[in-house]
Amino acid sequence: MTTTIERPPAVPAAGGPARPIRRKRDRTSKTENLAGLAMLTPAVLLLALFIFVPAILAFGLAFTNARLISPYPAVFVGLDNFVRLFADAAFFRALLNVAYFAVVVVPLQAGLALVMAILVNKKVRGTTFFRTVYFLPVVTSMVVVSLLWLFMYRQDGLINVIIDRVTFGLVTGPDWLNDTATSMPAIILMSVWQGVGFHMIIWLSGLQTIPADLYEAADLDGVTAWQRFRYITWPGLSATRSLILVTITIQALSLFTQISVMTQGGPLNSTTTVVYEAVESGFAQQETGYASAISLVFFVIVLLISVVQRFLSREKA
Amino acid sequence: MAISNVAIAEVAPASAPHVVLGRKTAKKKRVIGVGGWILRIGLTVLFLFPILFMFVSSLKPDQQIFGDLSSIAAFLPIGNISMDNYAAVFDRVPAARFLVNSIGISAITVAAGILVNSLAAFALSRMRVRGKTIILTLIIATLIVPFETLALPLVWWVNQLPSFELTEFGFMFTKGWIDTYQVQIIPFVANAFSIYLFHQYFESIPKELDEAARMDGAGWFRIYRQVVMPLSGPAIATVAILTFLPAWNSYLWPLMVVQTEELRPVMVGVQYFFQLNVSWGEVMAYSTLITLPVVALFIAFQRSFVNSIASSGVKG
Amino acid sequence: MRHAKKRLIVASLLATSLVATMAGCASGGASGSDGKNGELTIWTHNGGNTEELAAVQAIVDGYNKSQSETTVKLQAFPQASYNDSVIAAAASGKLPCIVDIDGPNVPNWAWAKYLTPLDLSVDLDENLPSTLGIWNGETYSVGYYDVALAMFARKSVLAEHGIRVATIDEPWTQEEFGDALKALKADGTWKNPLDIGTGDVGEWYPYAYSPLLQSFGGDLINRDDFQSADGVLNGPEALEWAEWMQSLATEGYIATKSGADSALDFQNNVTAIQYGGSWAAANNAAALGDDLAVMPSVDLGEGTKIGGGSWQWGVTTGCANPEAAMDYLSYSLSPENIAAVAVATATIPATDAAAALVPGFEEGGNLAIFREFSANSAVLRPETPAYPFIATEFTKATQDIINGGDPQDTLDAAVAAIDANIKSNGGYTQK
Repeated sequence: MTTTIERPPAVPAAGGPARPIRRKRDRTSKTENLAGLAMLTPAVLLLALFIFVPAILAFGLAFTNARLISPYPAVFVGLDNFVRLFADAAFFRALLNVAYFAVVVVPLQAGLALVMAILVNKKVRGTTFFRTVYFLPVVTSMVVVSLLWLFMYRQDGLINVIIDRVTFGLVTGPDWLNDTATSMPAIILMSVWQGVGFHMIIWLSGLQTIPADLYEAADLDGVTAWQRFRYITWPGLSATRSLILVTITIQALSLFTQISVMTQGGPLNSTTTVVYEAVESGFAQQETGYASAISLVFFVIVLLISVVQRFLSREKA
Repeated sequence: MAISNVAIAEVAPASAPHVVLGRKTAKKKRVIGVGGWILRIGLTVLFLFPILFMFVSSLKPDQQIFGDLSSIAAFLPIGNISMDNYAAVFDRVPAARFLVNSIGISAITVAAGILVNSLAAFALSRMRVRGKTIILTLIIATLIVPFETLALPLVWWVNQLPSFELTEFGFMFTKGWIDTYQVQIIPFVANAFSIYLFHQYFESIPKELDEAARMDGAGWFRIYRQVVMPLSGPAIATVAILTFLPAWNSYLWPLMVVQTEELRPVMVGVQYFFQLNVSWGEVMAYSTLITLPVVALFIAFQRSFVNSIASSGVKG
Repeated sequence: MRHAKKRLIVASLLATSLVATMAGCASGGASGSDGKNGELTIWTHNGGNTEELAAVQAIVDGYNKSQSETTVKLQAFPQASYNDSVIAAAASGKLPCIVDIDGPNVPNWAWAKYLTPLDLSVDLDENLPSTLGIWNGETYSVGYYDVALAMFARKSVLAEHGIRVATIDEPWTQEEFGDALKALKADGTWKNPLDIGTGDVGEWYPYAYSPLLQSFGGDLINRDDFQSADGVLNGPEALEWAEWMQSLATEGYIATKSGADSALDFQNNVTAIQYGGSWAAANNAAALGDDLAVMPSVDLGEGTKIGGGSWQWGVTTGCANPEAAMDYLSYSLSPENIAAVAVATATIPATDAAAALVPGFEEGGNLAIFREFSANSAVLRPETPAYPFIATEFTKATQDIINGGDPQDTLDAAVAAIDANIKSNGGYTQK
């Protein structure tokens, strides 16, 4: 794992070639240690307060009936929250929806992003323009994107009008977000539109790692474009592949903004997600204990995915 | 979790052409070339037109937006064009206040984030601090946890934290950070990924430089300030962008912890539009309004943006 | 090295626990600071309702002029985010002395100790019972008005389709209502002849639809001990209600997501019958004149039921000067003040004395019918701290049913969630 930022310019070491350094080791290292600790303290303290403590709290609170705001102290309730969670049809629906999202989005978004990366990796006129345009949705906030598509997905909205025009009135578009059959696909389509530029860039940096002389050698052998892709590009991207797999899966698990703005989990729970369920119970209904149980299950799933991904990439390495 | 050693600067289109065209395949290449152009332009329409549609609709009254849908006029600023929707947004929604809040919150988060994280990374990279390996490992370990898993316990937790309040008798403790500016800033200042980026970057700056400065009697803080940071422009830019984007776009967190109108940032302002009698022209105007600053920054610092996003991919 | 590591960890833990302890200490007294220095703040939900806001402001101005000890200040919030604002302020101890509160939430806010029992110099026995917020034998809130639910239609349209105008003595039966909708739908003029406001999520759902459930014989919770919804929200009567609600949607009588303004749609003849609140009556009458029929809600078996309880006022526990707050509220409850607000909001005045001052509410007045609706058929939403939770579950379940969810499964899921919430909160019996 190395950084992907440009290297700093080589700066000639001031004062000519390095001289042997003499200093009073003991005293310096003690002050050095203290100064270092002082520099570390703000970051470490903040990370402890806002990452480690909440993580530990998630474990603790999940076994209590803690409420967000309550004059009464939280009480230990054992596994009650988990019993309730695993009997909650909406939660299972949320897991299912998230899995559905991931299973469709991973090949769709990753595939489209790869095509785009290959397109903008070629040196042709206007590449900068195309790259900028493809990337525009990524810098647009998901809230804005959701509002925009909420508008376009209306029964009488832009998308249905286009469908109507293109098919000469033969096909009438559905009420995308109010139909259980189309609500999730609609969210998926929009999410891919917003996120594909991000993964295009990731693929692009993967493509840059493939040595150009491999392609040159292949061209001398007169291989087809497909062969080039199959035997050089694809194997060269193995590390990038597993990276993209994990980022998209975790992106799917964390699905919230689109749902909150566009469908509020409906219709009939067809778009509810794990995070949406957690926010509904932990914030709207103030049941911190129950929401912590959801968070904990979410956390375990993320851990499992990371472990599996680690295992897979290690095998290949 | 490895991405191979690449300088994203090379991603820029100026990179050398890989392909030396052989004559035999030239015709075939041309066919592929034409297909490529069709794809490129098709994708441009796909990505550009919805955004264009948002912008154009923000200038039209609702009746015209719906009237224009079935023709190309939907994407053209023609007909009854005015800034009325924008005026209505400022009239109906405290949009100016939301913008000021978001700018302030993002700016402070970015500035404090650069300082705190680079200081930590400096100590970890440059100095002999006892236990730094384990600290670095712990920091890196937090990268796999998405914020969403911690958000709910964190809401409860920030509500337990004490807050100072100035009163006529000095100051007093009040309970809870809910409904404050600090709750939108402080939890996001320290960032493991920023520390990681700074650390990687500092490692690449020759250590001889600070040895030399030390010989001249410079203290550690001076080395940080006068030697290392001035050489770290690209890292600072990356961290700034990667801190700014989520700060500006944050929605889930302020939705939960900020209820008072005067303290809210731009993204939760959309809630105003889910009350009755919504006019889509106004929604599109507000959307345009909160998107423009970011798009302007993106166009101005395009390369830095792309580099930042590319490096954020490592996070996994 | 190892030693230092330990020390660092210990130091971090210490720092963290120090902050935690401070948090613990601070959480003891969540007292607000409003009410000091002769200033008193009131929060109200009617940020978007200029008439009501102006009427309340007039009372505040009158009070400020009437005495010199206290200056009262009014602060308005948009209704959609009002409850969240109060909860957030309660969390940070920033509640004002007096808050506006939707009636059914009173037990919850009292249980959560936001509110303190009222101690007023006026006799509250004069008030309509549905304008008082009572929990555990204490009165926590009082309102200036109540609202009622009604059916609005055009007399001409009803006559044309052979539908009789319903009366309080003889409301429509389920069968009659069904026939009426069938006839209206068959006419083809209206895509969905009936508008029950399905697009207005939030408190509207429990306010407007739980009376329909009660008219079938079901309820939101078993009111014997408020510990379980089992058998009442998922029993045979509730199932009948759910299937009926669903049939309204499947037959095309109602839209699953109605327009933004039900009254406006009705006035524009987009819908033929509006099931709505009494506050829409004035505008409907202005638009339709004598053609407007104001009718009671349907009798679905157990008699007509409508919701009771609207916005009321309470004093918070953190108020530094509760006496001043009580004094203001007592002042504000004069018949003249109540009448002024009722006029401004087109609602039902809380007391007889005030009603006498409001044109339309006198005996035989055109608005008097709403007082009769309220007196005859108002049912309060369950007076339990679990209510806000029940309300969200009920809203979600009703939405799912209207959208085609399996009625029994949906109701069972709602009951399971409600019962689990009550159990997890120890039955809401702490005091």
